Order: sequence, then structure tokens, then C-alpha cells
Amino acid sequence: MNEELLKLNKLCVDYKVKGGYLSAVKNVSFSINKGEIFAIVGESGCGKSTIAHSILHLLPEHNEVIKGNIYFKGSDINQFTEKQLEGIRGRDIGMIFQNPLDSLNPVYTTGFQVAEGIMLDNVSKIDAWNRVVQLFKDVKMPDAEKRAESYPHELSGGMRQRVMIAMMLARMPELLIADEPTTALDVTIEAQILNIIKELRDKHNTAVMLITHNFGLVAEVADMVAVMYAGEVVEQGTVYDIFDNPKHPYTTLLMKALPRKTKKEGRLQTIGGSVPRLTENKPGCRFENRCPYAMDVCKNQDPAEYNVTDSHTYSCHLGKEVK
Amino acid sequence: MNDSPLKEFLSSCYKNVNFMIGFIIVLSIIILAIFADQIAPYGYDEAHPQDILVGPSSQYLFGTDNMGRDLFSRIVYGTRITLKVALIGAGLELILGVTIGLICGYFGGFWDRALTFIADMTWCIPGMIMALAVVTIIGSGLTNAIIAIALVGWASYARMVRAKTMSIKNQAFIEPGISFGESSPSIMFRYILPNIIPVLIVTISMELPGIVMSTTTLSFLGVGSQPPSPDWGLMVSEGINFISRGPWLCIFPGLALIYTVFGFNVLGEGLRDLLDPRMKSQ
Amino acid sequence: MSEPIIELNNLKKYFAINNGVLAKNSYVKAVDDVTLTVNKGEIMGLVGESGSGKTTLARVILNLTKPTDSHVTFDGVNLSKATRKEMKKFRTEVAVVFQDPASNLNPRDTVMGSITRPLILHGMSKKEADKKALEALEQVKMDSRYLNSYPHQLSGGQLQRIAIARALVLDPKVMILDEPTSALDISVQAQILNLLLDLQENLGLTYLVITHDLNVIRYISDRIAVMYLGKLVELGTTEEVIDNPKHPYTMGLMAASPILNPHERNREKHLMQGDPGSLINLPTGCHFHPRCPYATERCKKEVPKDIIFPDGHQVNCFLYDEKNKTTSEYTG
Repeated sequence: MNEELLKLNKLCVDYKVKGGYLSAVKNVSFSINKGEIFAIVGESGCGKSTIAHSILHLLPEHNEVIKGNIYFKGSDINQFTEKQLEGIRGRDIGMIFQNPLDSLNPVYTTGFQVAEGIMLDNVSKIDAWNRVVQLFKDVKMPDAEKRAESYPHELSGGMRQRVMIAMMLARMPELLIADEPTTALDVTIEAQILNIIKELRDKHNTAVMLITHNFGLVAEVADMVAVMYAGEVVEQGTVYDIFDNPKHPYTTLLMKALPRKTKKEGRLQTIGGSVPRLTENKPGCRFENRCPYAMDVCKNQDPAEYNVTDSHTYSCHLGKEVK
Repeated sequence: MNDSPLKEFLSSCYKNVNFMIGFIIVLSIIILAIFADQIAPYGYDEAHPQDILVGPSSQYLFGTDNMGRDLFSRIVYGTRITLKVALIGAGLELILGVTIGLICGYFGGFWDRALTFIADMTWCIPGMIMALAVVTIIGSGLTNAIIAIALVGWASYARMVRAKTMSIKNQAFIEPGISFGESSPSIMFRYILPNIIPVLIVTISMELPGIVMSTTTLSFLGVGSQPPSPDWGLMVSEGINFISRGPWLCIFPGLALIYTVFGFNVLGEGLRDLLDPRMKSQ
Repeated sequence: MSEPIIELNNLKKYFAINNGVLAKNSYVKAVDDVTLTVNKGEIMGLVGESGSGKTTLARVILNLTKPTDSHVTFDGVNLSKATRKEMKKFRTEVAVVFQDPASNLNPRDTVMGSITRPLILHGMSKKEADKKALEALEQVKMDSRYLNSYPHQLSGGQLQRIAIARALVLDPKVMILDEPTSALDISVQAQILNLLLDLQENLGLTYLVITHDLNVIRYISDRIAVMYLGKLVELGTTEEVIDNPKHPYTMGLMAASPILNPHERNREKHLMQGDPGSLINLPTGCHFHPRCPYATERCKKEVPKDIIFPDGHQVNCFLYDEKNKTTSEYTG
């Protein structure tokens, strides 16, 4: 049950620009077990979406360099050829994105598009179609048969996202990467989609990498959480570790910036300055210029990782003081 | 960095090959037009009866025509006509097209239906035929030819401006403007129009070759510029009568037309490259 | 202090859909019989999902579009019958900040240009307007060096501050904010929310905040109005609506809304089925009946009326009885 499925080891993604490299992701390491919902959470520009796309080499630009190891079931897929990656995309690792309308072809019915994937595994047309209808029922699509014969533009946002999930489920991947899957959806639909994701975990033991900026989602479904800032994982642990006992200054401040109360209980915590864009690759803590606890050492030395418990770690020079 | 969009745009202009070639060609035509008096060795209707239909030589760079006029000088003076056509023609189409397009796009309703109907009508009749009809009614001459072409061509501008207006109208910065009290004309000209300008620039520069060619055709047919005007189309039309004895009479004006049209075309392509991706990022 | 500043009584805004020459027109009932009052100095939160009609309601209040039936009363003035002078005054008294900071401002105007425009429009000299623009930037805690920047050079948070500065510059009484923080990061959202609260206290403003984010609305509002498919289904104080919702839709909304506390994740949730529905194909009777766990035959045929409880809490649902004004028995 708790077998390791995906392990990132010092993953770095740099973009080549005139005069050098810009670092989008730096030394990210974490692992996801089977049947675990792992949330990567952070504000815009933190690199969470870059990580998701680089696992399957789906980054759109052509000037990126991906270093480090991405172990999937023991093999380092960062070294895979394009052909090998095609083999695992969809089958072993599935991915759904923020705006399902962008991922669906407007001129084919949704059922056809899902069946296409199934037929890649040498399944007959009739069998594939039956499977499609069953999948639509599994994702609680109302009027499954009718929807399978509909075109993407005839469906609402929530239904389209269900189609995407069905498409991903069709080949039963062990890991589902969901990049902001509910950002474009209404609250009630979001709740339904989250339920489907939880059922995937419960019934099929699917692991889910959930990329989001919405802490509410994280609180509702995540088992493990990694908090990212400016391309680095600053803290990771169980969802209870992060919410109840945040250690990194960024996590702590962010938790206090969440509107968890009414205004009568006081103003929200703010963090001075603004979220940085891509940074140069130089030593030192990337949160230093906004951190209320910054010390001299933070400017020029990379912080080390400290353990609070076996599952809960964070990278901050303050950790040294605690010891 | 407080560079205005204009400054940032200018610096990327230098790097675009199409734009630079087009710009140099158009600039050369403008220089010829301004300094025609200095550059042309003879007047455009200066006849040398002793040198009729002389081929290109050191004295007459492009040869002379059937009245002994220096072809090179006539072509140089012809740039003024070409530019006049381009400016007035494009200007008229712009004014008509933009105003009507803004009204249609912004107000919609009855005005939109009525004006779009009229615009569609201008498309039903082939352009040249309609232009000829207009010229027949209002009389020949270069200015009238330009007016005729503009009347035929404004519809495509209006459509484009209308479409852009409708999409900009829905952008979020329009309603706050209305909400703190802007009037409709103010919204159209202060808010919407400045945001259409990039597209307008591209469209005009791609329309210019067409305007030049159409007006030239009218002159060729005899209903545009009248003799002794150094209009290139008119020169080709006159030169056809002497094609065996003096082929240069058709060749050089033709080349001048090709040069001009090519220049405008390439400039338009360059502008489109420069302005489109910026429009996307905006 | 409960002086009304915006009053809506049975307000309707329908959009006609042309069904061709032969068929009768059908209607998109974006605002359907809405009765609502916003009091001076309060923050009213308006919450609803897509298709609820909340943005249309805001636009009717701003007089950007005319109501189909009834009228908006602003500070005692009937907007449908206002004189030119009264309208001009109205335009200085209500300001709006729309969603999507990137397109709130004219991309071709500098920050200075955008902020001073309303002032110049209403007759101020350029010199005075420039001065006022500087003051406005100070109020939103932005440095004056941004005055010459263009929108595409600024971040979401900065753009939102400028949009707020521009809204403040005419000294309005009411600010309508449509999804003011939805496009912003959490830390920036916190800055903007704090700023909005400070401004409201210092300037005595009234806010109408429209959003789908229940956590934001719970944080910032005094009262909450809930809309569903054009209808105002519930209206009450923040505590009442959040902790004690009366309308089944509000209950479903609260159940679906993520709670920022993992310890509560295993709470019992009765999730709403189905999609939010469309304003074009409205159900008969109560708009919510197809998704309502308590729907009866009556709900399919009749449209509920607004029931107002003694404490001011308002619900639009047959579960509540006009005479008793207490919850009637229901199975659930």
C-alpha cells in the first residue's frame, strides 16, 4: 500500500536565456507513494506547474534544461527517450490540466476521444465504446451514453473535466498529475470533482499529484503537502504538519494570510514585497528579502534541510538555532 | 523601465528584415517625391521634339516618349502622384471605415444593421466596375479616381474596425469609464480607437498596394489622371501604342509600379510581424 | 445607522433572445424579482456561482444597463427617473472595480492618465488632478514612481491597487467590487483585503463585494446575499448565513466550500448534485428544485416568495412559512 511510486531527486529546471540560465526549479526532492494524494502548493511563479510538466517532458519552450532524477517505479524517466516517454504518458502517468476545453478536440465527440486512448491497447471498437460509457458512469457523468455522443462545446466545464478524468482513467494510470484541475470551475462542481479524485485513490489506489494555489483544496483532500517558493520546496510534510505546525517563515506567514476567520478577529497577515519572477542561480535563501527573520547567513548560504519528524522537513537557517 | 509601448516597439523594428526593406523602399519614394525638382533633370512635361522615342541613353536615362519628354523625369515626378494616391486614398478609407466601424461595433442595433447592410452592398458589385461607375457619375480626374476607389474599399476597414470594437467593448476597462461618466464618443475615440491603432496600421499598409494599383488601373483606363500628368498607369496606357518602337515606355513605369507595390507589401508584412505578437501579449 | 443607500424592490433584468422570425422570444432572466437593501457604511457580500446573475445585478445598480422592471433607488434617487444633474452626481458617488486586474485599466494609458481621467472629466484642472492622483496612490500604499508606468509593466496586485485608487479619486460613497481578489495570489489577496478594510473604515465607504470565494466573503462582509439563477435566495448577517443557512442552496454551497482546516475534512457533507444550471433553460417553479433534496411537487410548479424573518434574515423557499416564520417540518 505504501510503496514508493514517484521519487524526485534534486530536480532542477533552468531556462537558457541570453547570458546564462534562469532557474525555474531548484533541487526539488520528494516522493509520492501509491494511493497517496500529494499536493504541491504555492503562489504564482513558484515552479509547481513547471515540475508537473517537466516530469513528462511536456514543457512548451525548447530552451529548458532538466537536471536531476525522476524515478518512476525505479527507472529514471528523466533519461528516457521520447519514444519511451510516449509509452508511459497516459498509460502509467496521466495528466489533467486547468482548462479542459483546451485539451479536447472540438470536432470529435467526447466518447470518441476517450475511446481513441483505449483502442491504443488493442481493444475492439465495440469493447472500447462500452468501456467509455462505463467510465463516464464511474465519474458520475449524468446521462453517460448521451454525453459520450456529445461534442465538447455542448458540455459544461464540470462535465468536460469529468471527460478528462475518464480519459485518464481509461488506461488506469498509477499516477495522475492534476494541474489546477478545478480553478476554472464553480465551487459545487469543484467539490464533486474532488470527490471523484478521492474515490480514485480509495478504489483504484491511484496516486495523485495535485498542483494548486488553493489551500482549501489541500486541506480537504491532500495526504502530503510540499510548499514551494521561487522554485524551491521550502517545507513538506503531512497536511496536518503543514497546517498545524508550519516551521518555515514563508509557510507560517502564508497560513496567517489565509482568510480563515472574520474581520472582527483582526487583519490578515501580509508578506512585504512581491513574489519574484525567475531568478538567477546563486546561493542563498530565495525568501531572504521578504523574511522577517532574515539573518546575514541567509544572503549567501543555501539553507540546509531540517527534520521536525520523519515526514516533516523544512529548509531554513532558523532550523540550526532550534537544534 | 518606463518605456512607452511606442519606444519598445521602435527598438524591435530595427530587427525585422521585412520592415526595414519596406521602410527603405517607401522612404526612397518619399525622398524622390520631395526632391523631385532637384533630382529630375527635366520637367515632367518638358518636350524635346528633336528627341522623340529615343532609347535609354546618358542624356535621357530611361529614354523619351512620343512627345520627346524624358521618361526618367516623368517617373520621378510620378512618385508625387503615387504618394498622393496612397495618402488620400488610405486616408479617406480610414476615416470612412473607422467612423462607421466604431459606430456599428459600439452601438449595435439599428445603426449596425443599416450600415453593415450598406457595407455588404459595396461587396456585391465587383470593385473595378463600381469604381468606374462612380467615376462616370462624378467625372474623371485623379482626385475623383481616388474618391471612387476609397468608396469601394472602405467596407473591409469598417468590418475589421467593427469586429475589434465589439471585442474591446467587452474588456473590463470600458465599463469603469462609463461608470465614472464618460460619454459614448469619448469611449469610442479615447478608449477604443487607441487600442485599435496597431491593427489599423497593419491593415492600411497591406491595403496601400491595392489602392495604388486600383487607381493606376483607372488611370490606365483613361478615367483617372489625365494627360500630361506623369501618372505611371497613364504612362503605360499611352506607351502601349508605341510598344514596338519604344518598349521602355511601358517597361519603366511598370517597374516603378512593381517597386512601389513591393515596398508597401513588404512594409505591411513587417508591421504585421511586429505588431501581431505584441497584440497577443497585450 | 441602518440608513439604506441602495434599494432594490422586485428588480428584474431580462435579456430577450431572438428565436427567429416565427418563434416567440425567450428570455434570459438574469435578475428575477430581486429585493435587496444595502445600508450606509456596511459591507454587503454578494455570492453566487456562474450564471447566478450577480454581475448583471451589479451592472444594473451601476446603471450600465437599464432594468426591465422596477428601478434602482440610490441615496433616495430613482435612477430610472433621474435628471441629468442627478445622474452626473451619481457617477461620482458610485465607483466600480472589476475582476481581472489586467484589463481594468486602458492598456494605452499611463497610471497617471487612468487615475486623473475621471477628475478631468468632471471638470478638475490637470494640475489639481495630478495632485489628487498622488494622494490616491498614497492611500493605496503605492509608490509615486509608478505614475508613468503602463499596465503591462505592473503585477496583478499593483494593478488592483491602481484600479482601487482610480475608484477612490472621485470620493465615492459606494464601491462595487467584482471578484476583487480572485486573480491574485494569497499573499497579495491579503494585502488588498486589508487595504479595502482600512479604506472603508477611514473613509466611511459602503461596499458591495461580489465573489464566489466563501472564505473571502466570510472574512470581509457584514451581510451576505446569495444568488442562484437570477434569484436572491437568501440574505442575512454573515454569521447567520454561514453558520445557520436556511436555503437548501446556501446549505449546499457551505457544504461544498473547502474549509481551511484539515481536521474538518471528514465532516458530513451533503454535496449538491448536478450542475449550476443555465439561465437560458430555466426550470419551472423554484429555480433550484432539480437539485434540491427537499423539493416537493409545489416547488416544481410555483415560484416561492421572499420570507422575511423578524431579525431581517430573508429566504426565498417553500420550506419557510409566511405565517409562522419558523422552519416547517421537512424530511432530511
